[in-house]
Amino acid sequence: MPSLTIKDELTIYNAAEQKINLLVFLTAGDDLEINLANVTEIDTAGLQLLILIKREAAHLGKNLRFVMHSKAVLDVLELANLTGAFGDQVVLTQN
Amino acid sequence: MSFDEQMRDALKTFVIESLELLQDMEDGLLGLEIDPEPSERINAIFRAAHTIKGSAGLFGLDHIVAFTHVVESVLDTLRDGKLNVSPELVAALLPCCDHMIELIQGVSDGHADANSSLSAAARQLLDGLESFLNPEPKQAMTAVQDTSERLESSGGGIVDSGNWHLFIQFGENCLRDGMDPLSFIRYLATLGEIVSLTTFSHAMPDADSMDPETSYLGFEIVLNSDADKATIESVFDFVREGSYIHILPLENRIPYYVELIESLGEENAQLGELLLKSGVITQRELQEGLNAQQAQIPQPSARIGEILVDQQVVQQPLVNAALEKQQQIKDNKARENQSIRVDAERLDKLIDLIGELVISSAAASLRGMQSADVVLQEANASVISLVEEVRDSALQLRMVPIGTTFNRFQRVVRDISKELGKDIKLVIGGADTEVDKSVVEKIGDPLMHLVRNAMDHGIERAEQRLENGKPAQGTLSLNAYHSSGNIVIEVSDDGGGLNRDKILAKAIERGLVQAGAALSDQEIFALIFEPGFSTADQISNLSGRGVGMDVVKRNIAELRGVIDIDSVPGRGTTLKIQLPLTLAIIDGFLAGVGDASYVIPLDRVVECVELPVDDHRDYMELRGEVLPFIRLRQLFRKTGPTAKRQNVIVVEHLGFKAGLVVDRLLGELQTVIKPLGKLFSHVQGVGGSTILGSGEVALIIDVPTLIRQQEHNPFPG
Repeated sequence: MPSLTIKDELTIYNAAEQKINLLVFLTAGDDLEINLANVTEIDTAGLQLLILIKREAAHLGKNLRFVMHSKAVLDVLELANLTGAFGDQVVLTQN
Repeated sequence: MSFDEQMRDALKTFVIESLELLQDMEDGLLGLEIDPEPSERINAIFRAAHTIKGSAGLFGLDHIVAFTHVVESVLDTLRDGKLNVSPELVAALLPCCDHMIELIQGVSDGHADANSSLSAAARQLLDGLESFLNPEPKQAMTAVQDTSERLESSGGGIVDSGNWHLFIQFGENCLRDGMDPLSFIRYLATLGEIVSLTTFSHAMPDADSMDPETSYLGFEIVLNSDADKATIESVFDFVREGSYIHILPLENRIPYYVELIESLGEENAQLGELLLKSGVITQRELQEGLNAQQAQIPQPSARIGEILVDQQVVQQPLVNAALEKQQQIKDNKARENQSIRVDAERLDKLIDLIGELVISSAAASLRGMQSADVVLQEANASVISLVEEVRDSALQLRMVPIGTTFNRFQRVVRDISKELGKDIKLVIGGADTEVDKSVVEKIGDPLMHLVRNAMDHGIERAEQRLENGKPAQGTLSLNAYHSSGNIVIEVSDDGGGLNRDKILAKAIERGLVQAGAALSDQEIFALIFEPGFSTADQISNLSGRGVGMDVVKRNIAELRGVIDIDSVPGRGTTLKIQLPLTLAIIDGFLAGVGDASYVIPLDRVVECVELPVDDHRDYMELRGEVLPFIRLRQLFRKTGPTAKRQNVIVVEHLGFKAGLVVDRLLGELQTVIKPLGKLFSHVQGVGGSTILGSGEVALIIDVPTLIRQQEHNPFPG
């Protein structure tokens, strides 16, 4: 299964390149996984990208999962009340 | 030419060209549906939008680019045949066209960079277009709901622990401007508890056109907080520009606010104030609402309550509660008002005394001026200003609403309708308009005459009305309003209007005008005020005997008023009476002849000129026209040496000009009219007297009478 680990932050500062990364990754297969463990920082721009890629995947009939959410990502998803809507399995880590 | 100037010129050209293109675009859109081969037309429309977008980009007009971009995308889809021409599409595009005209006119008015983000109006228009761009339902991966224009509180019953309902669509530039919407929501959470939150991402376009640096997200939040609305609103101070922020009390909290409004004190009956005090709107929202109300052209028509509901800052039930409260306060006030009753005579006595006080204080001030005592002069100055205030409020006491006078006519109209066999209803407007009591007393008779006239001659019989396509029931309206220091009373009917030709024929028959004289409609209508003039074919009990309108006119002139007439054939006639607000005090112009002073009502004075070499004629040339004049010295038989240089005060009455020759011009003054005693009632040309600050008596000249005398006897001796 193709998997992508986002290495950097997901913020307005790199949103443009991350968008391209994500969209390119979307073509890698039909069953996809994105590892968010290393996303130390995420803001609205990052959140928008997550929403976008989920939506695109659904649009194309592909299966896309976010896994290993970092604390920063979980916080934002909780705040935006999207954890349920994304429907990914969330593992609560210690930190 | 400097670069700036070049840019300005170029911008001007851009505005002109764009407006032309938009005109073409509009014409194109309007013809789109009927065109069997619309492709060429669509191309032209698309090109217009494209050109505007491109040029706007050159000038950095980002808001125009952003808006036009969406319109262009829709047109592009249309051009590619992915979208078909439909009445809905045209209906959605036309307002966009209008909006672009507005934006470009905004640029030419100098708001080039006023607002670089999309306005709420623009956003709504674009939302309307979006459905054409993405016809298939959007992926429901986040809670995608329809952003119907109307924000309704959803599910107030589910959550009952919150008290504020927030709808926030952040401005699309806020990320670029370094502001993170999520951090505002985090901050909001510090004010209270976020009970529920829904994120909306429907504004985000598909992956290709999605700009990762643009903010697309919207939020609906139910907040439980003790903070007031202003505090909650202040959270979003930095992102307000370009954002769509609505804060409403939660539906289930409405009864609480309704109660709050009902329990408010009674000192302020303004609707906005009531809502503000109960905390359901903020000062800023009220101000914006009021601004929107002011901006309505030509006259503010929507009420502030409606505007606030429209702008979605408050819900209808709250406005209703505030309106009820307002009515209650008004009713209470009215009850209180009724309890103060003063004998009219006592009031008149008070006004008289204040008149004396004005004169005495003027005398004291005059003496003060002659002495070199600065402290005394200052004391006098403050006394005078206080006296003026007292005088104004005393005159206010005499003001009564004209409604009582108007209401008497309800009965009159009913009775006369029956007598005439016509169905006529009376509509009363401006009943609250206040006017001096003495004016109210004297206006009754002339009004009665006008009302009878309008019912008898103005309004046609029912059969004829139906024939002319009017409702069988005739309407007579009485309306009053204030206009620049005057009160205006209108008597209008929706009858047949005045018959211009008939009046003219009659006037010629009576020798009032020369046959073939070129007269304006106004001048012809004014003829009905001439003595002995009536065009009624039948003489009825009520009117038509040719006495009347001239009497009305004279009565009104006695009140220092004027009457105008306006009539549209087949549509009706309006008589407009303008009266001064009060009869007791006038603005006058003081002039001296020999050792005496005269006051000429200032509204009659046109100008003052120096008398040319006095060759004992009774006229002079004023800018190529003959100006007859009256020598006050002769008229009042003053003796004593004439001044070296005499002056002429040009006065006017009903378009007729005449000069009054005086020795000295002494300037303007406000003065209290004292009627002349019975003994002097036969004296012509004097309207009353007044006492000057010096203690001297001055006569007030009655200009209309003097001019009439002059007209009838132009060359005495």
